[in-house]
Amino acid sequence: MNVPISYIVALSGVLFSLGVLGVLIRRNAIVIFMSIELMLNSANLAFIAFARMMAPAAESLRGQVIVFFIIAVAAAEVAVGLALIVAIFRNKESVNIDEVNSLQG
Amino acid sequence: MTIDLAIFIGLAAISILTAISMLLSRDAIYSALFLVLNFLAVATLYLLLNAAFIAMVQITVYAGAIMVLFLFVIMLLGSSQDKLGGPYRWQLPAAILLGLGLIAELGITLASRGEALTGGSAPLSEAYGSPASVGRLLFSEFMVPFEITSVLLLVAMVGAVILTRRGKREGL
Repeated sequence: MNVPISYIVALSGVLFSLGVLGVLIRRNAIVIFMSIELMLNSANLAFIAFARMMAPAAESLRGQVIVFFIIAVAAAEVAVGLALIVAIFRNKESVNIDEVNSLQG
Repeated sequence: MTIDLAIFIGLAAISILTAISMLLSRDAIYSALFLVLNFLAVATLYLLLNAAFIAMVQITVYAGAIMVLFLFVIMLLGSSQDKLGGPYRWQLPAAILLGLGLIAELGITLASRGEALTGGSAPLSEAYGSPASVGRLLFSEFMVPFEITSVLLLVAMVGAVILTRRGKREGL
């Protein structure tokens, strides 16, 4: 693709900032999780862009392998996180994080 | 304006607009569906950046498995409509100000040091980023992290089962 790498890094930065904004303004725990996924995804986009920037050096493919690992870790994180949200919902009958303010179950 | 730049601008607009829509949707179901669209746009960008295998992994794992899990949990818990911002009135303006500040800092950094980000237009062989090339690297140089990933996924699976199990948890 004949687009400057800095454009793609800028897009990745904008997506990351939107993810941060989502974590800050939303109260629904599930939507906050989705914003975290958005941030992970923007980091992946930066990795792929830098891998393309370093290509065709043989080492540049490592950037894509790192993205593969990030996706695997994100899958594990989502499984545990959603299980936690379900467990909290059983106790509190709500996924609003403002109502989850005590260490007591 | 080259055709590549036009495609990039279109994909960037789709991904940013879907991300904003995800933030502003009142219903969590709509947020999840907007996020799927965002992941698909980013996967197309991966394809354009010669990362074919990662693009397919993105679609199957992210847009497929992870988002189905999200939708399943939203439907299980019932989607609740919620207001933006927290219990304090200053929270929403402060969050927007800080988010815009982050975007501005990234823009300033890129504008002042972005000239170091050159390259990216070197011609590549078709094998670059293919499943064979990424797989060869995964099973040679990254063998140990790859095996640890399988343990990590097993731990996550066991953890999810234990956390959502009913009964016999009074002692915890």
